[in-house]
Amino acid sequence: MTAAWAIASLILLPLAASALAFAFPRRGRWLALATALTTGVAVVHLTRHVITAGVQVHRAGGWGAPLGIDLRADGLGVLMLLVTSLIGLAVSLYAQSYFTAHEPDRPRETGGSGRESDPSAGEKSRSRLASAAANRPGREAEALHRERYFWPLFLFLWTALNALFLSSDVFNLYVTLELVGFAAVVLVALAGTRAAVTAAMRYLFVSFSASLFYLLGVALVYGQSATMDLPSLAATSRPGPTLFVALALMTVGLIAKAALFPLHFWLPPAHANAPAPVSALLSALVVKGSFYILLRLWFEAFPALLTPAVAQLFGLLGAAAILWGSLNALFQTRLKLLIAYSTVAQLGYLFLLFPLAAAREGGFAAWSGGLIFLGAHACAKTAMFLTAGNILHAAGHDRIEDLDGMTHVLPVSVFALGLSGMSLIGLPPSSGFAGKWLLLGAAIAQGQWWWVAVILVGSLLAAAYVVRLLAHAFTRVGEPGMPNPIPPVMEGTALALALLAVAMGFASHWLAELVRVGAPVAGAMLGGGATP
Amino acid sequence: MPDADHRIYLLAGAALFAIGFYSLLAQAHLLRRIMSLNVMGGGVFLVFIALAARTPGVIPDPVPQAMVLTGIVVSVCATGLALALADRVQAATGSVELEDDEEAGDRPVPRPDPSADRKDTHSA
Repeated sequence: MTAAWAIASLILLPLAASALAFAFPRRGRWLALATALTTGVAVVHLTRHVITAGVQVHRAGGWGAPLGIDLRADGLGVLMLLVTSLIGLAVSLYAQSYFTAHEPDRPRETGGSGRESDPSAGEKSRSRLASAAANRPGREAEALHRERYFWPLFLFLWTALNALFLSSDVFNLYVTLELVGFAAVVLVALAGTRAAVTAAMRYLFVSFSASLFYLLGVALVYGQSATMDLPSLAATSRPGPTLFVALALMTVGLIAKAALFPLHFWLPPAHANAPAPVSALLSALVVKGSFYILLRLWFEAFPALLTPAVAQLFGLLGAAAILWGSLNALFQTRLKLLIAYSTVAQLGYLFLLFPLAAAREGGFAAWSGGLIFLGAHACAKTAMFLTAGNILHAAGHDRIEDLDGMTHVLPVSVFALGLSGMSLIGLPPSSGFAGKWLLLGAAIAQGQWWWVAVILVGSLLAAAYVVRLLAHAFTRVGEPGMPNPIPPVMEGTALALALLAVAMGFASHWLAELVRVGAPVAGAMLGGGATP
Repeated sequence: MPDADHRIYLLAGAALFAIGFYSLLAQAHLLRRIMSLNVMGGGVFLVFIALAARTPGVIPDPVPQAMVLTGIVVSVCATGLALALADRVQAATGSVELEDDEEAGDRPVPRPDPSADRKDTHSA
């Protein structure tokens, strides 16, 4: 497979699958698995091309940069594609059983459908729907309805994300960002509850107005530079007040979409009220898309405008996000809200990349550290949200106070929760540790000790909220209530991702070498054997 | 040096954007907020068009116009989605405004309580 084919199929395959899943709703689950496998092959091929032959460019339709659309794959883009494939595969597996099994507040005596994990689950529910009035048909029909729309939307989100990570001009990034936003908003509303549609509506207003801020910036950039291609922008743009205003507008829009403090207010309700697989997608991938564009803009297109003051401002907002998000996570009463606030905090670490990678000394260590952290958070947070889905399903609620004894009931899920929590805190040898270690090393090497303090306090707070969860889960109670049974694939997927979040720490050197391909920041990993 | 006409359109575009954004924040009714988004979008498109035509006497640059066309398509889709969602919000909450107390998102939102289900089962 050539690189061009790999690039094209990464966008076209999920798009075709999405259209097919919409036309043939019953085949959605298989289409998603097929997409996961085929795009998985494509992304592995593309990764090998990028590692051996450097940055790959595909000129769509053979038009070429100024007029046509260029698709580019460099180390950073491929890393995002790899993470997307991984999370996509996990969610494809998890959601095989989630919708048919998920009836959180179902009285026990109706029994039954929770055990279904076989392919004909949908058919069974359908026949039961026809036969048994006592089985509350409304609820089952609702679950089927949700699953019917979940698959096409999920595949469409996948398409949009892949296209986003392959785009190389600022307008194409706008279009793909909007596509991601469309899919994400509808996926939040999919839960159908009053809280979910309200959160989705608020998310829509934030997301679309933020996109317009970005688009206004694009207009001004084009007015200044007469090009939208990221590499050409770096060559042609002259730093000046107009360009600075343009970049400021784009940044405000992207910060709102990436939920960086203080524009994070929409995230907790949206992420906490969505169905579990959707929460995972939003926290692991969607917010990262906007962060990815910010990296492209500031480090690749307009590095001259990334002055120390701007970089410190990003870091300051990141630090505020870490503290505010962690403190809020600590005082949440619901598990899913705790995880959502933890996302607010963890996104803060990503923005520490700006002050640390912009510096001359140890810039690449911070760059690779931040990106490893991004991958680590994607895996760990997906595992956590999927686990929360399991707990919500088994217990019928996600009140943290009432999780006592959960470890006797759901040992696998609690183990997954612990492992992913380990990566969030940054305990060795997890990938969260590798990322934080590189960021810390860069901060120390550059003498920016204040970020060291922020990272350490953030880790302590993360430890506090993870331990608070686990303490409840491990509290022995006399007679733990017997939960609804959980399909093994739902527990298995969460555990696999949590293990991966830890194991990825051992691959951090490989990941760092991957993101070096075409990286805008040069330099060695930390000297003196400081790499984990 | 841009001529006066082009600058008027630029300023008008910026003003529309600002007015739209202000009313997005200030209005509570969902329809008004969706219209605000459209006003903001109109402002952005006007800026694009003004920039395309900024050199007098020369055929305007077609690239921003192509971008505006794409932008209009996106904007129509966004409006359709927003209207459909607003309809769902009204169906779910009985209100055409978003509730304020969920603004911070801190308040735990209980799932539909089991008592409602029990009622269902009894009636069935």
